[in-house]
Amino acid sequence: MLTFTIRRLLLAIPTLLFISLVIFLLVDFAPGSPMSQIPLTVPPEVRLRIIEAMGANEPIFVRYLLWLKQFFWVEPLVMIDGIFGTTWSEGMQRIVSWQSRSPVMDIIAERMPQTLTVVGSAYVIGVLIAVPIGIYSAYRQYSWFDQIGTFIAMIGFSVPTFFTGVVLILVFSVNLGWFPSIYNTSLRVTDWDSFLQQVRQMAMPVAVLALYNASQISRYMRSSMLDNLAQDYVRTARAKGMSERVVVLKHVLRNSLIPVVTVIALGIPTIFGGAIITEQVFKVNGLGALLINAIQGSDLPMVQTLTFIFAVLIVLFNLIADVLYGMLDPRIRYD
Amino acid sequence: MTDISAIEKPRSQWSDVWSQFKTHKGAVAALTVFVLLILFVTVGPFIWTADPTYINPDAAQMIRTRNKPPSWDFPLGTDQLGRDMLARMMKGGQVSIAVGLVAMTISILLGTLVGVTAGYFRRLDGPLMRLTDLFLALPLLPLLLVMVMLFRDPLSRTLGPEGGTFLLIVFAIGVTSWMQAARIVRGEVLALKEREFVLAARSIGTPSRRMILRHILPNVVSPIMVSATLGIASAIITESALSFLGLGFPPDFPTWGRLLFDGVDYIQQYPERVIWPGVAISLTVLSVNYIGDGLRDALDPRIRGR
Repeated sequence: MLTFTIRRLLLAIPTLLFISLVIFLLVDFAPGSPMSQIPLTVPPEVRLRIIEAMGANEPIFVRYLLWLKQFFWVEPLVMIDGIFGTTWSEGMQRIVSWQSRSPVMDIIAERMPQTLTVVGSAYVIGVLIAVPIGIYSAYRQYSWFDQIGTFIAMIGFSVPTFFTGVVLILVFSVNLGWFPSIYNTSLRVTDWDSFLQQVRQMAMPVAVLALYNASQISRYMRSSMLDNLAQDYVRTARAKGMSERVVVLKHVLRNSLIPVVTVIALGIPTIFGGAIITEQVFKVNGLGALLINAIQGSDLPMVQTLTFIFAVLIVLFNLIADVLYGMLDPRIRYD
Repeated sequence: MTDISAIEKPRSQWSDVWSQFKTHKGAVAALTVFVLLILFVTVGPFIWTADPTYINPDAAQMIRTRNKPPSWDFPLGTDQLGRDMLARMMKGGQVSIAVGLVAMTISILLGTLVGVTAGYFRRLDGPLMRLTDLFLALPLLPLLLVMVMLFRDPLSRTLGPEGGTFLLIVFAIGVTSWMQAARIVRGEVLALKEREFVLAARSIGTPSRRMILRHILPNVVSPIMVSATLGIASAIITESALSFLGLGFPPDFPTWGRLLFDGVDYIQQYPERVIWPGVAISLTVLSVNYIGDGLRDALDPRIRGR
């Protein structure tokens, strides 16, 4: 297991390097880069100075290596300095956003909590809804509960999140006025009232994302339960006279959770990507909104860094899912 | 005693599939809905001949006809520039469904090519599957957004705003969605390669090209069809998501996602302008997903005939 994890970790390094190169080249070689957007009326020497100030006059591989060094060496040092109060990173050049002229990582750290509260709680709620629904619809296969569950799950992943979001806004904030349609990022939770306010503004984005996640995970849960319910050990357990409760909730559930856990782990990074749309609908000032803003403002360092962070998350959670699978299921041997 | 006439007519595989498909009520209903939607966007413009981009050149007239509620002249009302919403819905549907179909075709072609090559030629299996894994590790939506942002203007300059954007979006969606199909096809091909009929064909000296075209491909058609159906749905969703984020087609060029995006600004006064395109997208995707579900059951010989 340990050798497997180490091997996968080592394999992840070339993968990540390749992905970062792809992202870097794609963004840099594109004809619509900001260098071409400097107005032609700007005199050539000023244009040169602008490009120089953006750090875009070096050849591409120098910039790529510099970016790599900044991402993998300087930024972790800055983080260590922030935690332990050391001064290792002093004088080093950090990745700087072209839009705001401040370090990219600082902005990302600023936006991270919003995304994590909204997206994270949506994911947790989605899983908490999905697992019981999956269990019950598998246990009573083809019952009315199962049929309705299947239908709602189908709607859940067919209706795009931007439409569910807009409909929720229409019903609950325009017509009923229960929830605010715009997420207020500057709200600080200090007492009961502000906590209620926070809950109310989170309700709709969380509901949209939770429905989407729950519909997918409940399908996996159901089919995994169905696979296990037909197994011989279930018949044995019943024949021994165990109560239905023990059979389903102990024997079957434990075994069916194995693939579901890995699906849940695999879904975490896609949530960050999928949340881009939901954040846009509800004007949540998170990572997704940051990426959209950076794209529209042609802020290349920000776009490169954010996209790469998403890629790191995907690779990381793929690895976690594989390791979890091996740990939970003793039949799987990687070595 | 068996009467000669009582022997059933030989049945073809596809009539079996169709009779199994018919037993899936949801899929049949979805097929009906999907055909109706296709008719709405293709035949509809011949019946309802209003121009979706017509803006009354007389400013006073234009102001009088804009933001109209549904009436006999404008069955779905008009938008903020007095354009007929019904005609725009038809035009938008044409574009959305065309994007879905073309992007799906690209991704299925790519996926089948990669899958068959990886499954059939052992030497290419490793590299091609590593490539697939790499693509699966890419953050697709952000990359799509970046691609559209960077290539939209240059492409629309050379190919015209509509054609350029259409090509770009279709190509971008196709290139980022072939990986599932490739994996499924590879798995099927690997299993097929061990079967006796492949051995028999090889023993009479069938060259690889004919082997793939005559023996392998016809046998992997069913998983390809299922993933093609599901591919249409995800391509339509991706296109409308791009349009919704303002990074899709240009504003005067309606697609369902774009209409929804434009409608959001007026959601307080004219909610129906958001509802119609949203319902159209959802219905299309829902019906396509149900058709895919029914197809999967119908094409699975283990379920068929039960």
